[in-house]
Amino acid sequence: LDSVLLLSSMNLPGGELRRRSAEDELAMRDYLQEGDLISAEVQSVFSDGAVSLHTRSLKYGKLGQGVLVQVSPSLVKRQKTHFHDLPCGASVILGNNGFIWIYPTPEQKDEEAGGFTTNLEPVPLSDREVISRLRNCIVALVTQQLMLFDTSILYCYEASLPHQIKDILKPEVMEEIVLETRQRLLDLEG
Amino acid sequence: EDLRVDGRGCEDYRCAEVETAVVSNTSGSARVKLGHTDILVGVKAEMGMPKLEKPDEGYLEFFVDCSANATPEFEGRGGEELGTEIANTLYRVFSSESSVDLKSLCINPREHCWVLYVDVLLLECGGNLFDAISLAVKAALFNTRIPKVRVLEDEEGSKEIELSDDPYDCIRLNVDDVPCIVTLSKIGYRHVVDATLQEEACSLASLLVSVTSKGTLTSVKKVGKGSLDPESIFEMMETGKRVGKSLHVALQKTLDEEESLGTSRQKVGFLG
Repeated sequence: LDSVLLLSSMNLPGGELRRRSAEDELAMRDYLQEGDLISAEVQSVFSDGAVSLHTRSLKYGKLGQGVLVQVSPSLVKRQKTHFHDLPCGASVILGNNGFIWIYPTPEQKDEEAGGFTTNLEPVPLSDREVISRLRNCIVALVTQQLMLFDTSILYCYEASLPHQIKDILKPEVMEEIVLETRQRLLDLEG
Repeated sequence: EDLRVDGRGCEDYRCAEVETAVVSNTSGSARVKLGHTDILVGVKAEMGMPKLEKPDEGYLEFFVDCSANATPEFEGRGGEELGTEIANTLYRVFSSESSVDLKSLCINPREHCWVLYVDVLLLECGGNLFDAISLAVKAALFNTRIPKVRVLEDEEGSKEIELSDDPYDCIRLNVDDVPCIVTLSKIGYRHVVDATLQEEACSLASLLVSVTSKGTLTSVKKVGKGSLDPESIFEMMETGKRVGKSLHVALQKTLDEEESLGTSRQKVGFLG
């Protein structure tokens, strides 16, 4: 079950709109290589199950520094937007395939780059702590089989603040945090 | 700055679960779950001939089986190479004279001795195999009960071996000096203890040190295709000693707690 990302479905560096030529094909390897992680949208599904992707919007493209968490796709809530900027200081992409990408919120939107340049500057410790905490919270929610969406992740993050980051993965602490999150979500509905 | 992806520091271990006496038809067994790594160790004590060069000692035999359930790479014969590597490492770690009291395993010098067959089964591979395996081996040896035997001499001088009838009449091994392996993986300029699969993929070289509870190193092995600076090796050994000592303390505490629960302990086993 392969997925294809055609050259014509990608944004060129500089955002120009022109016909893709043979030089573009050869230059592609400078930008994307085997092993890189990208965010893309599904354009269409072929009859044999193969998927056609596109990165036409500037918000898609190669992903820079961050943390990947792989969960079961059934636990990701289907929503209109997949890109969330959480108020705690990090951003998260909830892929419907179960791949969750947590990354530090970019300072300004470099719209001109269009996701082509990866920011390789060292991430500050405070951002890294937020990202680690979010990662552990997501793992905790997944172990307790709670649906993942921006509100549940945020509530879980807030519930985990009194504990140390590495303690979140302990079974007792995990249960306590997720119970509190579940409670808050029920209160929200009711 | 001492912060890993899951919030641990460079010297923190993941949450580990240890359970002994899980397999009923062995002399001793233990199961260790370290994060996603799952190891089962069974020890069977059988009578055999002592080795020629050590006639008044018993010995240990290690066998490692990488189950195909652990990772897809172990399908068929894939896990054999890793299995032999782990077995050889275990032989090396236990090759030191002081780790296990082999003289207590002797029944009749030059004729009979106890051979402990230690079987390690890798159920799931989640990073940091060697540490989990050594913890499980130590716990299983702690749990091993070898039946007491008496040697009777006939008038003609031929010896008979009598096994005690009481199943609870047995000797236990002293595992105070059994070493535990601590794996230190080098990532960038720092080294970390208890690497997850992702961290192992990023690390080019690791140092395996086996440490006893008193902090003495019994063996050191370097794995990986990267190179290690001699100064960093020294630092890693110091870290290994420190971490190893606290690891032994924690393991012993858990084993003693489990022991004190006695027969009223609820066995979790595999279906719990």
